[in-house]
Amino acid sequence: MSSERSERPKSRLRLNYSVLGPLLALALLIVLGASLNGNFLSYTNIANVVARASFIGIIAVGATFVITSGGLDLSVGSMSAFVAGMMIIIINALVPSLGAGWATIIVGILAGLAIGSLGGAANGLLVTAGRIEPFIVTLGTLGIFRALITFLANGGTLNLNFEVSGVYEPVYTGDILGVPVPIIVFAVVAIVGEVVMRRTRFGRHVAAIGSNEQVARYSAINVDRVRLLTYILQGFLIGIAAALYVPKFGSANSSTAVLWELQAIAAVIIGGTMLKGGFGRIWGTVVGVIILELIGNILNLQNLISPYLNQAFQGAIIIIAVLLQRSRRQS
Amino acid sequence: MSDPSPVLCASAISKSFGPVRVLFDVDLNLRSGDVHALIGENGAGKSTLMKILGGYLPPSSGTIEIDGAPVRFGNSAAAEAAGIVLIHQEFNLAEQLTVEANVFLGRELHAGPFLDWRRMREKTRELLAELETDIAPQQRVRELSVPQKQMVEIAKALVRDARVLMMDEPTAALTSREAQVLFRQIEKLKAQGVAILYTSHKLDEVKAISDTVTILRDGAKVTEGPVSEFSIDQMATQMVGRDVSDLFPQKAVHQGEAEALSVAHFSVPGHVEDAGFTLRRGEILGFAGLVGAGRTELMEAIVGLRHARGETRIAGKPTVIRSLKDASRHGLAYLTEDRKGHGLLLDKLMRPNVTLLGLDRFAGIFIDERAEDAALSTSIGEFDIRAPDRQVKVSNLSGGNQQKLLLAKTMLVEPDIVIIDEPTRGIDIGTKQQIYEFINGLAEAGKSIILISSEMAEVIGLCHRVIVMRAGRLTGELTGEDISEENIVRLAVGIEGHRVA
Ligand SMILES: Nc1ncnc2c1ncn2[C@@H]1O[C@H](COP(=O)(O)OP(=O)(O)OP(=O)(O)O)[C@@H](O)[C@H]1O
Ligand SMILES: [Mg+2]
Repeated sequence: MSSERSERPKSRLRLNYSVLGPLLALALLIVLGASLNGNFLSYTNIANVVARASFIGIIAVGATFVITSGGLDLSVGSMSAFVAGMMIIIINALVPSLGAGWATIIVGILAGLAIGSLGGAANGLLVTAGRIEPFIVTLGTLGIFRALITFLANGGTLNLNFEVSGVYEPVYTGDILGVPVPIIVFAVVAIVGEVVMRRTRFGRHVAAIGSNEQVARYSAINVDRVRLLTYILQGFLIGIAAALYVPKFGSANSSTAVLWELQAIAAVIIGGTMLKGGFGRIWGTVVGVIILELIGNILNLQNLISPYLNQAFQGAIIIIAVLLQRSRRQS
Repeated sequence: MSDPSPVLCASAISKSFGPVRVLFDVDLNLRSGDVHALIGENGAGKSTLMKILGGYLPPSSGTIEIDGAPVRFGNSAAAEAAGIVLIHQEFNLAEQLTVEANVFLGRELHAGPFLDWRRMREKTRELLAELETDIAPQQRVRELSVPQKQMVEIAKALVRDARVLMMDEPTAALTSREAQVLFRQIEKLKAQGVAILYTSHKLDEVKAISDTVTILRDGAKVTEGPVSEFSIDQMATQMVGRDVSDLFPQKAVHQGEAEALSVAHFSVPGHVEDAGFTLRRGEILGFAGLVGAGRTELMEAIVGLRHARGETRIAGKPTVIRSLKDASRHGLAYLTEDRKGHGLLLDKLMRPNVTLLGLDRFAGIFIDERAEDAALSTSIGEFDIRAPDRQVKVSNLSGGNQQKLLLAKTMLVEPDIVIIDEPTRGIDIGTKQQIYEFINGLAEAGKSIILISSEMAEVIGLCHRVIVMRAGRLTGELTGEDISEENIVRLAVGIEGHRVA
């Protein structure tokens, strides 16, 4: 077609703009950080920031799938706390029989992954088979998981067996070829997530359902199954995040992972995924998570602005991100 | 009638989307009490021109005058305030709201500070009665069928007291009976002095109801004149640029008795009672009936999109189909009548849309995007899809080109049995001819086709056999010479209905 050539430049421009948004914000923050503090760009600082972002990051990868399909999961924070608590209880209980070594830890991790997946499945089944709004379902399970961890810890704190702690710790603090383990795990999760989202049927179906559920149904897509899978995936990734969290802190209590759901959702939105569903990108979410973590980091590295304003900056970034999305949609 | 000066006078209207120009210096004059038809191929720019006049899009250049005074509408509300109302080609209804709320959307009646629901309901009921539909004012729009939604759109426009009423393919979704109701309304409005602009791909309609016709081709005006000066063939030739008088191909000789699909004692709660029929290999089987007869519901149930009771056999073997996936596995595909609500992802590009149903063919572990691109190219060629560019969002394709894309999507799975529900809705006459040939070719190749269509000519011109439905029941079957408009109507409305009509 003859007109094909002429339209191209315009659409590439439009694409670039939406792609550039989060990257631009990230670049600005890096420049700002570097100019405020010479230590900012040091390997230790950057590695530290990304490692700390990995918990929310891994969870936010799952949230990207859920949100892209038109769903929402508000329970990720309290489910993380619950899964971490259960892991500690299971590991501690296994020490007498399996000893305080890797066998126990591996069983504990597998149990965490299973419990997370089951929690996600519960959310997913209530949404699909139960035909209840995801907002309501996960608001409910948010409360339930939070109460369960408080109950399990008897109002106090669950502590990991001290001996196990020593063996397990390197999973968070260790490194491979100088790269901290949590960063490696985060990177693997993100890369696999990106590939699944963009290159597989599942990813395509997730976006189709979020774009128009009826069209998906009339295109022979098993809508309920795909939705359920997004919640199970979310739960599974919570299990992975918990497996990194437990060696770092060695404990879990009622204030573990509070408000992580909002951080995860914020990262997803900043990254350019549409809250109403239909379009999502994992790499954007990764950038979003790092942006949120950098804001806190930069505020801590300088002394002009109080770090207490951290959340205000994060909030402003979220609002700006959505404004940019809106202007993109209108163009 | 003497020639009054135009109510609305548009001169040299041009429009570009980015670098793509879709309208070239179009002039259009609308006169009070005059029905003006705007015709042209898919993508010719008809809807774009109407949206510009209705304040939904700004023109790139050109002027619009009302009663001789230049106007510039910032939005559709400003145009409506000036008495210019547009019924969109694509529905513009709030799905979650009731019919009455939609009809009065934006101009709700008040009693003091409160909404006057009683008066709105009364008025809506009157309008719907005038339009001879059985829609209730309190029904939610999302529960309505496509033609019912179209009637609500019309009611919504009627309540707005237009001086200029523009209708973008209002009859594409209607059966001829409902179209007649609309035409009576048009006559009435015309008598009241409303200026009417009207597009349709049904040229016999254009010939019957309009006074003046403007023909667009590739965004430019080809000609304008009193409708009496054009024959239908002349209009078609001017639109398409070639002769299209042989609309229907020679019917494929239908082969043997081998059974492709048969259903028995098939009931869809609330819609269809005890239906049974057999489709043979190489056959084009038509389903005719009025809107609400249950044709779509029956077919959706057969392909597993609705709950139903009954027996289904494919190629003679009893088969259970619980989902569209099951249907696909048995070589059965369904083309929906509702391209916007059920057919296409409007916010996505053409490529993911065309492969969505047949994605399994393009994916092992990973989707092969290059193969998808190749499939899209084939589809664009085969169905003559005219898009400004491959990166265009489907919502920015013209209505007819969306329909072609939907057809391409369904055919991509190479079904043995295909149920097509209103396949040529909104498609221009030239492309229609190509699609008829395509359907006929499928039958010749031994595939089996069920065709649901509200266009009588289509059913008569293409089908080997026609089953007629009325109020959820099969009322008769016609073959060969018996397939005629009269017979179909008789079975579709029942004897009583026939006497009235
Ligand atoms: N927002 C848009 N961006 C880019 N191109 C557009 C946009 N809207 C319309 N177009 C293009 O403008 C051309 C004219 O479209 P229009 O909808 O006016 O055609 P039409 O005559 O109404 O066709 P149909 O009979 O199929 O309804 C088409 O090529 C269409 O793809
Ligand atoms: Mg149009």
